[in-house]
Amino acid sequence: MYKYDTYDQQMVDTRVAEFRDQARRRLDGSLSEDQFKPLRLMNGLYLQLHAYMLRVAIPYGTLDSRQMHALADIADKYDRGYGHFTTRQNIQYNWIKLEDAADILADLAKVEMHAIQTSGNCIRNISSDHFAGAAADEVADPRPYAELLRQWSSFHPEFSYLPRKFKIAVIASKKDRAAMRLHDIGIRIVKRDGALGAAFYVGGGMGRTPMIAPCIREFVPLDQLVTYAEACLRVYNRHGRRDNKYKARIKILVHELGAEEYTRQVEEEFALLLEQGVEPPLAELERIKTYFEEPLFADAAADALDRSDPDFALWADRNTVPHKTAGYVSAVVSLKPPGGIPGDATAEQMRLMGDLAKDYSCDELRVMHTQNIVLPHVRTADLHTLWTALDAAGLGSPNLDTVEDIIACPGLDYCSLANARSIPVAQKIATRFADSGKTAQLGELKLKISGCINACGHHHAGHIGILGVDKKGVENYQLSLGGSEAEDVSLAKITGPGFDEDGVVDAVDTVTQVYERERRDGERFIDTYRRIGMTPFKEALYG
Amino acid sequence: MKILTGNDLKTGAVTWWTGSDWSLHVEDAVDVTGSEEEIARREEAARRVNVPYAIAADLHEGSPRPAHIKDRVRALGPTVRPDLTLKPADPDIGNWVI
Repeated sequence: MYKYDTYDQQMVDTRVAEFRDQARRRLDGSLSEDQFKPLRLMNGLYLQLHAYMLRVAIPYGTLDSRQMHALADIADKYDRGYGHFTTRQNIQYNWIKLEDAADILADLAKVEMHAIQTSGNCIRNISSDHFAGAAADEVADPRPYAELLRQWSSFHPEFSYLPRKFKIAVIASKKDRAAMRLHDIGIRIVKRDGALGAAFYVGGGMGRTPMIAPCIREFVPLDQLVTYAEACLRVYNRHGRRDNKYKARIKILVHELGAEEYTRQVEEEFALLLEQGVEPPLAELERIKTYFEEPLFADAAADALDRSDPDFALWADRNTVPHKTAGYVSAVVSLKPPGGIPGDATAEQMRLMGDLAKDYSCDELRVMHTQNIVLPHVRTADLHTLWTALDAAGLGSPNLDTVEDIIACPGLDYCSLANARSIPVAQKIATRFADSGKTAQLGELKLKISGCINACGHHHAGHIGILGVDKKGVENYQLSLGGSEAEDVSLAKITGPGFDEDGVVDAVDTVTQVYERERRDGERFIDTYRRIGMTPFKEALYG
Repeated sequence: MKILTGNDLKTGAVTWWTGSDWSLHVEDAVDVTGSEEEIARREEAARRVNVPYAIAADLHEGSPRPAHIKDRVRALGPTVRPDLTLKPADPDIGNWVI
């Protein structure tokens, strides 16, 4: 994985020193809150419902064991012994003290991490496929391109004050495991006539106006990748609306201009930029690529699993995915124990995952946007030992991509923007299905919950989506069906009137009963919904 | 009634105006109707509180209870982590919030 060079380290260390001085001046009264707020937000420090909250960037979701241990140490030393992995492959701490914040950033810098650009109207942490470098279906490892874009976008003077925040995802396979088309820019590395290039999808997003990004260029040569991204941002920066924050995202611009006109302007800008030569030298990309070379995989045969332990067999079937190298798999560590808080991990659990990554996964971990952790390179022969350690620590739930594997934003329990609590709803749904034993028979069923219209819980993209709203001071939950953030991307539609907390749990149960009644062989929930439409579900829900 | 809340500048902890100081406990809050702006301005200038603002509250068993659920969650702590709330030993505290 990528290692900081002296420039990277100097940039981060300098920022820590700068922030330390800013925090000192806030504490001694030299800076007002109005003056300090934009400075702390540039360093990922929010003032949330209960305390300061620090969001730490995990570029394209990749960590090593040393970094995971550092995150655990921060949880113990400065927070309350846990952290929350987010839908942007980051981690958040909920109980930070302002007087500790600079020390935390200094601790992060020691392990080549930071919280820069995890807030504000700038290019945020770039996300990617959590199976990158391991997936059998990728045409290349997308992370070197994500890293190049990270370097380009860090402290980019032209794009530090955009009309609104800006999110980029990079993938390199037909299967979309990063919600690529629901980003401001989604990039898919493709191969054409033997050459790699980048397909650009621009103007997607969730929030109050969900949109699926159209493809504006099917093939950008990789030695023009940054230039094309720069052109996309320039047109947005020039014409994006700054008068209304609810219409300021690039999706609104692309929608209002029309994809054709937006593309025309981007191409015009692209031609100008090509003349100016803004692309980094290819040597830099080649330098970055050396950090993402494949680990030295053991010459392992594709061992047959010992399936004599049924609990292990269930987990291995559900929570491992094929690897491009024979004898290896990628193993998913579920942070969704039924009744638990989706995405939360204790410091001890973080340390264990770090240790297991070092021993069994070439010292690599990945954060999934679905709030689980991946050990990407695990020998099949080590799987039982790995699972035994995970299970003993409450990390062995066999529920990847099931109705228990719920994305839930922090909701009203932690977030000052939320209108309703998300986590208790997720807990009740997961517990109900775990207790009923129906989880496995329902198969792939992606359920996503947001506590407000900002959609951090990706409810628009859930096979089943739930949105918490405030109805005259009382929590109410809208149910929607038919969303997907995968390669078959679609936006969910609302079923009808909302439900109270227990009512929406019952409603999800009802919806799954319709699916069980109507499904044909091999159909996932989303397939059945697309075949039969909304009507049977509405009839079951509302009579 | 109106009560005044904000965050401790150093720690970020949620605090409530008691009439003479700031408390972590909403039960200590006093009615500030009519004087909220003056108190907020004075206390923020002295850096005894960060971003103070007034909220609506009702009396509940003799103590102030914020009118809106968001403020009640804020006053208590996350409902999904009773151990991290201000009243970890109270099994009925969820009813106070909801």
